[in-house]
Amino acid sequence: LCSNVPKLQKEEVEVTFVRANGERITAKGKVGDSLLDVVVNNHIDFDGFGACEGTLTCSTCHLIFAKPDFDKLPDKPSDEELDMLDLAFDLTETSRLGCQICLSKDMNGLEVKVPATVNDARS
Amino acid sequence: SCLFSTNTVVKNALRACIVGSGPSGFYSSQYLLKHLPDCRIDLIEKLPVPFGLVRYGVAPDHPEVKNVINTFSKTAENPNFNFYGNISLGKDVSLNELRQLYDVVVLCYGSDVDSPLGIKGEDIKNVISAREFVGWYNGLPHLENFNPDLSGEEAILIGQGNVAIDVARILLTPIDILSKTDITEYALEALSRSKIKKVYLVGRRGPLQAAFTIAELREMLKLPNTDTYWRQTDFEGIPEKIDSLPRPRKRITELMVKSLNEAKQSSNNKKFLPVFFRSPTQFIGNDKVESVEFSINILENESAVATDKSESLQTQLVCRSIGYKSISVDASINFDDKLGRVINKEGRVLKKNSNEVDVGLYVAGWLGTGPSGVILTTMNNAFKISHTIIDDFRNGIIKCDTNKTGIDPRNYPCITWTDWLKIDKEETERGHKVNKPREKIVSIKEMLSIV
Ligand SMILES: Cc1cc2nc3c(=O)[nH]c(=O)nc-3n(C[C@H](O)[C@H](O)[C@H](O)COP(=O)(O)OP(=O)(O)OC[C@H]3O[C@@H](n4cnc5c(N)ncnc54)[C@H](O)[C@@H]3O)c2cc1C
Ligand code: FES
Repeated sequence: LCSNVPKLQKEEVEVTFVRANGERITAKGKVGDSLLDVVVNNHIDFDGFGACEGTLTCSTCHLIFAKPDFDKLPDKPSDEELDMLDLAFDLTETSRLGCQICLSKDMNGLEVKVPATVNDARS
Repeated sequence: SCLFSTNTVVKNALRACIVGSGPSGFYSSQYLLKHLPDCRIDLIEKLPVPFGLVRYGVAPDHPEVKNVINTFSKTAENPNFNFYGNISLGKDVSLNELRQLYDVVVLCYGSDVDSPLGIKGEDIKNVISAREFVGWYNGLPHLENFNPDLSGEEAILIGQGNVAIDVARILLTPIDILSKTDITEYALEALSRSKIKKVYLVGRRGPLQAAFTIAELREMLKLPNTDTYWRQTDFEGIPEKIDSLPRPRKRITELMVKSLNEAKQSSNNKKFLPVFFRSPTQFIGNDKVESVEFSINILENESAVATDKSESLQTQLVCRSIGYKSISVDASINFDDKLGRVINKEGRVLKKNSNEVDVGLYVAGWLGTGPSGVILTTMNNAFKISHTIIDDFRNGIIKCDTNKTGIDPRNYPCITWTDWLKIDKEETERGHKVNKPREKIVSIKEMLSIV
């Protein structure tokens, strides 16, 4: 999905994941990586995150954006992404699926919330 | 093949037996091993091969859903984890034996019996269950000779949940698409000769209560060489309600209404016909099923209530798909026959005829919740119950007993993870020869002969 970015353009972008219990995890990804790639490549251990490995059939990569960041995302969700989001727990107006969001340079410093229900059963 | 057991004793390391290797069994193992890295887990499974309904339920044309197998396999490689396939609880080993050998037993053996409708004519030929049909195309041992009769033009599916949708899709998908999946060779051959042209999907309630998801519906609408026909009358008053619906309901209803008003592509196409507000009351036929009688329902507080009006639809095949059921496999299990699940409070199994917790015994997945929900739901349930186990351990409610050493695999003709990898390799190789991701081995005897 996020592969049509030239190989040379490998700038790093920093992203912070905020768990439901407030814990903050900051990690780096390359421009063109998806937010799921960032979680996987940095071995961030959110239980159950990305179960279908980015094939848009599970909704476990559900992330919640701040409204201004959400509005700035370059690609609107596809029907198929919206379909899967409809099945996600704790769906909000600013929810997206992490496997469908590709990092761009201007996302440096982005903060996203990881909803409680899927990824951290109890906190 | 289980010559070596790796039973070394770590002090204060919990020893758990998980029964059943579907999503609830694997996700429970994963969570326990992550949060109690010293714990020792033996997972026993009735079949020689792992993964439960991920292997034998999930449709062959949905390989992405089976990606969870990669995570399960990572768990299986943990040195503190043992897979013992080909051991059936209630047959090869009793629950009492397991409880003497483990600090904790987690029942995760799912729901693998079907629920009958309990109406007249259910035993007429060609009235089949979705469980059998799905098991047949997915290669569940003992169903390879099930051979559904696909020689008629019409099929009626009773139920509108994800399993019914899977069956509809398998019946309507062009064979050249199915031939690239891990569907069993014999099912592919039978489906290539199928004469079925019209598939009804009948639900007792209305479009606003539809049980299928929008993703499943969109896939049906996109099927090549198939047109979807809705009944205009089912949608009376619905378009006016769309704007007041919550988002997920709104989007799926919009999609149905859009499709309702769309022109059909070709009268030569196969037909997919969702029907609402109907409950079967009787199957009619002599040698085989010829028609189904339905009551016409109305809604009262979102529930279907039968009127005295009825409708009859002609058909040559009926597949009932109203759900699966769990059974008690061991007499000592505290089981609710009516609800079809193990009696539990938040995963802690209760003692028979009492409200008291049976300390050390837990249930996760469909066996505890009832057979509904997807892998994700099952995962959340398994994580929650594993967390409860960890709480109980940390609070001293369950303790480690160094005398509890787990089963000795040498006493059983069991299949280890290494053995499964051999079967897996053989299946993948056979599949690649015919351009499929896998050709499942169906006979248990053949599985055992490979290891
Ligand atoms: C036809 C069908 C299609 C589905 N498709 C999807 C889908 O596309 N996407 C999705 O997310 N979900 C799907 N689901 C739902 C999903 O399969 C379930 O949520 C999940 O498998 C339930 O997990 P479980 O571990 O409770 O049970 P199971 O997966 O049934 O696992 C139970 C395991 O226990 C074993 N067992 C049984 N008896 C014994 C015994 N006596 N001793 C030892 N072991 C035993 C069984 O062999 C099995 O391996 C589907 C379900 C069905 C029925
Ligand atoms: S990882 Fe499954 S939908 Fe994103």
